[in-house]
Amino acid sequence: MTTAWAPITEPNATETPSLGQPAPRPAVPVTSDSALAEQYLEISMGPQHPSTHGVFRMNVVLDGERVIQLKPVFGYLHRNHEKIAETESYLGNMPYTDRLDYICSITNNWAYALAVEKLGGIEVPERAEYIRVITGELTRLQNHACLLGFLLQDMGASGTPLMYAFREREKVLDLFESLTGARMMCNYLRFGGCRVDLPAGWLDRAKAFLAEFPRFLDEFERLLVDNEILMERTQNVGVLSRELAVSSAISGPMARASGLNYDIRKADTYSIYSRFSFRVPLGHHGDVYDRYMIRFLEMHESVKILEQAMRDIPAGPIQNPAVKARLFRPKPGEAYGRIESPKGELGFYLISDGSGIPYRYRVRPPSLINLTVLEDLCLGRNVADVIAILGSVDIVMGEVDR
Amino acid sequence: MSRDRGSRLLGEGIIKGLAETARNFFGSYVSKQRLTTVQYPEERIPQDESFRNFPFLVYDGSDPEAGLRCVSCQICEKECPPKCIFIEKSKDKKPDAVGKPQFYPTVFDIDVSVCMSCQICVEVCPFEAIKMDVKYDYPTESRFAALLFDKHQLTKSNDYYHQIHPTEASAVDAALAAEREAAATKAAAAAAKAAAAKPAATAGAPGTATASAATSTVTPPSDTTAGEPR
Repeated sequence: MTTAWAPITEPNATETPSLGQPAPRPAVPVTSDSALAEQYLEISMGPQHPSTHGVFRMNVVLDGERVIQLKPVFGYLHRNHEKIAETESYLGNMPYTDRLDYICSITNNWAYALAVEKLGGIEVPERAEYIRVITGELTRLQNHACLLGFLLQDMGASGTPLMYAFREREKVLDLFESLTGARMMCNYLRFGGCRVDLPAGWLDRAKAFLAEFPRFLDEFERLLVDNEILMERTQNVGVLSRELAVSSAISGPMARASGLNYDIRKADTYSIYSRFSFRVPLGHHGDVYDRYMIRFLEMHESVKILEQAMRDIPAGPIQNPAVKARLFRPKPGEAYGRIESPKGELGFYLISDGSGIPYRYRVRPPSLINLTVLEDLCLGRNVADVIAILGSVDIVMGEVDR
Repeated sequence: MSRDRGSRLLGEGIIKGLAETARNFFGSYVSKQRLTTVQYPEERIPQDESFRNFPFLVYDGSDPEAGLRCVSCQICEKECPPKCIFIEKSKDKKPDAVGKPQFYPTVFDIDVSVCMSCQICVEVCPFEAIKMDVKYDYPTESRFAALLFDKHQLTKSNDYYHQIHPTEASAVDAALAAEREAAATKAAAAAAKAAAAKPAATAGAPGTATASAATSTVTPPSDTTAGEPR
């Protein structure tokens, strides 16, 4: 099978891309008394548009069907997350982090737990680290499966791919349910470990799921990867240059699809990721098709990590006994914990003043920052491409608006 | 930036994709793996044991009032992230399941329209008094009053707890029994010590024993994991 896809390239960390500048914007008069008012059409897409993945609005100025200006408007789902967090105890914030990126709650827990553990200088037991990696990578699998389904649904492949993707996601959610008690709002990690140990037989179920999962990936790839219509709609659409990706702080699969070799699992080696052998897939074109394909390759790599983690997981305690969940008071100081969440770099910045509640709590959401280049990707494209481009960015409004 | 499409026929990818759809469609007649949905209201997927929804209060024995484990310490009220619990502590004490005098909640309300099922109340409770229920369908006609659960709606028996979370409930019962036994041994030891110190004043010994047993049960366990279900 000759696909248009270039194979995984080995990480090459020596190259440093030069900083790029955003594309120059055309000056567009958007006033009703302008002489051009009859030629341009300003439309508002969203906030209740089904393709906007939540409540997100784009003010698009069109010349015919060509986008000449796009202004993203967000904040419809703002719920004061950061300020609420500054009134809650450290433990009490953990369930709120589930609601940021509600598709992958465990990685949100993880980033927050990592920040608090840095703040308090807390060690995590071996087994708990393995459980974190296993649940975190399962989260990545279901997030990417979900995203591919949504992206294809947005582009008009109604129903079928989304249902296939959700069928697999369901299996991961079942695993999460029997481990954490909830399917999406897991609230599972604790400072210095995890809340509960793996129930009896859970690991076998997870292994059985993992043995089946590559079959789904192949099936899903056969379904649409070579599809001519999909290629026409996605190749060379919404090209994000590597320079712009660097200068706009794009992270995660979106940056890697543009050929930027930046994966925090490799760059920062938090937790125990240095023990696993996996590769970082990189794209070449930075278009929607590369962003679509990079998720497949990342899922293949996640499967590898999961296989190694499930093989090596040791017995032992899952919680550092020195840490009290309640009445946790770290010393005054500040910490930034970041992880490679399925969407990009998710970071939590905390300042402690020695009391039981954070003095400052700040989230660095990958969805929002990856969304900032939306206009650059959409300029000069058709309206229909905007939908595909937005879908390939992988946003969750819970995280964008907070 | 044009890409090499190889020497494939136009439409080959579409046909391959359709073959995949056909395999899934016909496969759903023979393979259970491909047919994962159920007809919901009539047919339900069995719930997992660790599933959680809203909290309830556990009582021992048969009387919900007398056997209530909650001693109104109000830790859950303070720790609840969305602050959906409201407790009023009693002025007087009443004997609990093992006969020690304890405070009890005169009012215990949980607003389940606010509750976010995070289980933190369960984790912080030192008395194993609040646990998570598995019931998830609460259709009501009013948005507010019917979703504010009072003490009578919240109290459920330990047998019910065993029924919904068997593994967890057995572990909790074992932990509670061990705690009581430790308290009893400690009380017996204290009584023996008191008896040895003042062999003449035998009348004072039983009083000392009851008091020490009561204090040792009221003190929250220092271990962080003791409040956890497993």
